[in-house]
Amino acid sequence: MTTTESSSVAATRGEARRQATADSVYKPKDGLLLEVDDLFVEFHTDDGVAKAINGVSFDLYQGETLAILGESGSGKSVTAQAVMGILDMPPARITGGQVRYCGQDLLTMPDEQRRKTRGPEISMVFQDALSSLNPVFPVGWQIAEMFRQHRGMNKSDAFERAIKLMQRVQIPAAKERVKAYPHQFSGGMRQRIMIAMAIALDPAVLIADEPTTALDVTVQAQIMGLLQELQEERQMGLILITHDLGVVADVADKIAVMYAGRIVERADVYDLYRQPAHPYTKGLLESIPRLDLKGQNLAAIGGLPPNLMRIPPGCAFNPRCRYAQPLCTQDRPELREVLPSREAACHFSEEVLNG
Amino acid sequence: MTEATTIAVGQETHVAEASEGGARSLASDAWRQLKKNPIFWVSVVLIAIFVLMAAVPQLFTSTDPTEAVLKDARMRPNADAWFGRDIQGYDIYARTIYGARASILVGVFTTLGTVILGSALGIIAGFSGGWADTLVSRITDIFLAIPLLLGGILFMATFPNNADSPYIVVVLKVVLALTILGWPSLTRLMRSSVMQVKPNDYVQAARALGASPWRIIRSHILPNAMAPVIVVATINLGVYISVEATLSFLGIGLTPPAISWGVSISDALVALRTTPHILLFPSLFLSLTVLAFIMLGDAVRDAFDPKTR
Repeated sequence: MTTTESSSVAATRGEARRQATADSVYKPKDGLLLEVDDLFVEFHTDDGVAKAINGVSFDLYQGETLAILGESGSGKSVTAQAVMGILDMPPARITGGQVRYCGQDLLTMPDEQRRKTRGPEISMVFQDALSSLNPVFPVGWQIAEMFRQHRGMNKSDAFERAIKLMQRVQIPAAKERVKAYPHQFSGGMRQRIMIAMAIALDPAVLIADEPTTALDVTVQAQIMGLLQELQEERQMGLILITHDLGVVADVADKIAVMYAGRIVERADVYDLYRQPAHPYTKGLLESIPRLDLKGQNLAAIGGLPPNLMRIPPGCAFNPRCRYAQPLCTQDRPELREVLPSREAACHFSEEVLNG
Repeated sequence: MTEATTIAVGQETHVAEASEGGARSLASDAWRQLKKNPIFWVSVVLIAIFVLMAAVPQLFTSTDPTEAVLKDARMRPNADAWFGRDIQGYDIYARTIYGARASILVGVFTTLGTVILGSALGIIAGFSGGWADTLVSRITDIFLAIPLLLGGILFMATFPNNADSPYIVVVLKVVLALTILGWPSLTRLMRSSVMQVKPNDYVQAARALGASPWRIIRSHILPNAMAPVIVVATINLGVYISVEATLSFLGIGLTPPAISWGVSISDALVALRTTPHILLFPSLFLSLTVLAFIMLGDAVRDAFDPKTR
């Protein structure tokens, strides 16, 4: 990117931010943007009630990247959707907890007021960029729509801004490609466009739900790099949802590991990688293929994640856990501080920490 | 080049690009696409001719369609009467030209009515789901159970035309009857189409980026869900014209002295074996009209689908 482009982008950005903060009724207190407090989500289906989220809490500060890690069905995407307020209700039902943005509870907010927080305050990038762009509109039109809809800009101003944004997310020949349709772009380029739409209104919080899952490895690195760059430039709070330990290592500040709808471990990224405090995290880290162990069996976690309609009593992980004791089938461990600034939900964290 | 000039040049190109690019939307892109499609132009020319025929039939013929020359009844096409004369000795060419009005009015207005009513209900049912969906779907089922023709007969028999009913009232009555009976198929189609589009990630993404329900329907659901409705609606247009013809044939739709292709076709059936030309011309015009609208629908559908570009 040339100096010219970055300076003009910085100018528009500054202007947008000033406008955003002037208009905004939301002001973060001590940098605290988002607090999720003891959130419960259930899905009511014909077969019964699936308890997708069972008491999730976390905080997000300005300029911070929180990675939510977990396998399929652990509730990470549902958490994101609940925070965004785009869960389909029914079948979903939020049965408890609060989601506070700058101190205001989003869950009890009137629909219309909450809708207006989406985009300018909290925004989201989806997993599959192939399908998250509307196939019948040119990409530039879709980005410009964000400005026209929320900022009331006229068509040509909005288009100009869309081109600048496309340049900011490093789409080559943005001016020529602004009129192209989503299917004319590669997966990585589409994800860049999705990111451009998500950051168009300078949100304070950006949720990225597995933003690189559908992309190949080299493009993954570029997209993660871009997200990190944008986050630092705009001091956004970034929630990165992923199942890929490799993706988060470079980018995240804090990690929350989810299992069966609960956070089982919370730590700074380096601490967690160096010394996991929960058997599940430990299992995940051990299951990463390593070149120096070539030829040996991969240390996978045995068994399957629990059925969310029949979560085992006690610790949900106990059937698969090699540290499991009779206590684990009766008493559910709560998230507790096991080391300074480290929390884990396990009765035997100390043993896990010591290897 | 200094940096200042670079910026200035850069901004100029931005503005130029943007003002050209800003004018483009789904509709204008579709229009650019349509302009290049010969099928579109063929259908437009045909439809224009038929619409002109319906609006000012005097442009096409100076013969009075109600002038019966009984001695020349069933005459084959000749220099005097280009399409020949029918059983009553009417000039078939003049009758066909004047008949366009009723047929096109019925076809176009019924199609418009069913598309508007059917799509609106289909979107409501498909988008909101829940009790609204159940309600609309059950009402749709009830109406679908009534055969189009039988329902038309019932309606027209319940509200019969008087001899002195104005022309437009008679036409609108047929339009109303066919609209009431025709919307359910489009509602079903639209509902299923909307339900297919709704779970797509781009609809979720639009919600996550703060789009209002109305905007989601307008920019995301409708443009992606309307293709099958356009196709079926244009095919239905032909069906409505032929049902109008059938109702006229049964003597309860448009009744003489009203002139329509339906009336002409039903009159011609009596003499089908001996003088088929009486049937040929109104049927030919009817088929051409239907074909023109189907081609138009096809071209429009293609134009709104960016993947065909």
